[in-house]
Amino acid sequence: MKELSLNILDIIENSLKAKAKNIELTIVEDDSKDLLLIEIKDDGVGMDEALLKEVFDPFMTTSKNKKVGLGIPLLKLEAELCDGGVFIESKMGLETIVKVYFKKSHIDVPPLGDLPATIVSIIATHPEVNLKFKHVVNNRTFEISTEDLRKTCEESLCTPLVLNSIKTFLEEKIKELHGGV
Amino acid sequence: MDKIKSIEDLRKLREQAKAFLRTRQGEVKVKIYISMGTVGIAAGSRDVLLVILDELQKRNFTDVQIIERGSMGLDVEEPVVGVDRDGVVVYYGHVTPEMARQIVASHVINGQIISDWVIAKE
Repeated sequence: MKELSLNILDIIENSLKAKAKNIELTIVEDDSKDLLLIEIKDDGVGMDEALLKEVFDPFMTTSKNKKVGLGIPLLKLEAELCDGGVFIESKMGLETIVKVYFKKSHIDVPPLGDLPATIVSIIATHPEVNLKFKHVVNNRTFEISTEDLRKTCEESLCTPLVLNSIKTFLEEKIKELHGGV
Repeated sequence: MDKIKSIEDLRKLREQAKAFLRTRQGEVKVKIYISMGTVGIAAGSRDVLLVILDELQKRNFTDVQIIERGSMGLDVEEPVVGVDRDGVVVYYGHVTPEMARQIVASHVINGQIISDWVIAKE
């Protein structure tokens, strides 16, 4: 993957396949702790301990269409190369939390990339899912959820006009978090 | 269009989008399937999806539903886009953003299949 926002989309696609209805995406960038943290929490079917052990194995996949699953193993490799790691906790039928850490100043950390594009892709293809997005940069926080957006935009949420505007809105907000310009 | 800077701006936009929806008649006419498994995402399906949204907005076309299908087992052809129109599903492979714009214009809106790019039919 070229950028972390694509990895995030990939993990969220896993959540959606696990029939999640509520997904929380949290991104924390903290310069004082030299930390970049991505956390994705969902209320999908969850994984039992046996499956949880296997998720980092590239030759394990839940898909019937293919024989390998590379999303999580490659992300783990990428994170470990940057003095970070991937940790997954799951309770069957309750929730799954995927945490990805990076040492923020490490030269090999991929760029976060186009987060608004990732978020809009999810809203466009899964309007029934509630996505909460929280982005913290040092001490500034931006938070939004599909629920908020639905309240504001009602049934028109999934028209291309509204989706494109949500994208520019998110772009603006994320730019502000990083100090504008 | 002006840049959206707050939730308040989005609210204003709602009225515009509503008027848009009112002009829409009957059921959803076209379904667009987009493959968003790991390979699809890495090959650029997200950009393709955004371009499709953009093109639909430009052309004021709303009789359409965009559906994400995970991996379709056609990894070597990713990004894969399927168009379900007039009872036939046609799949296009190696779709670039530029191709996606043309697919929207000729197939989704005008019903003209671009046969050179077709990889499968259902």
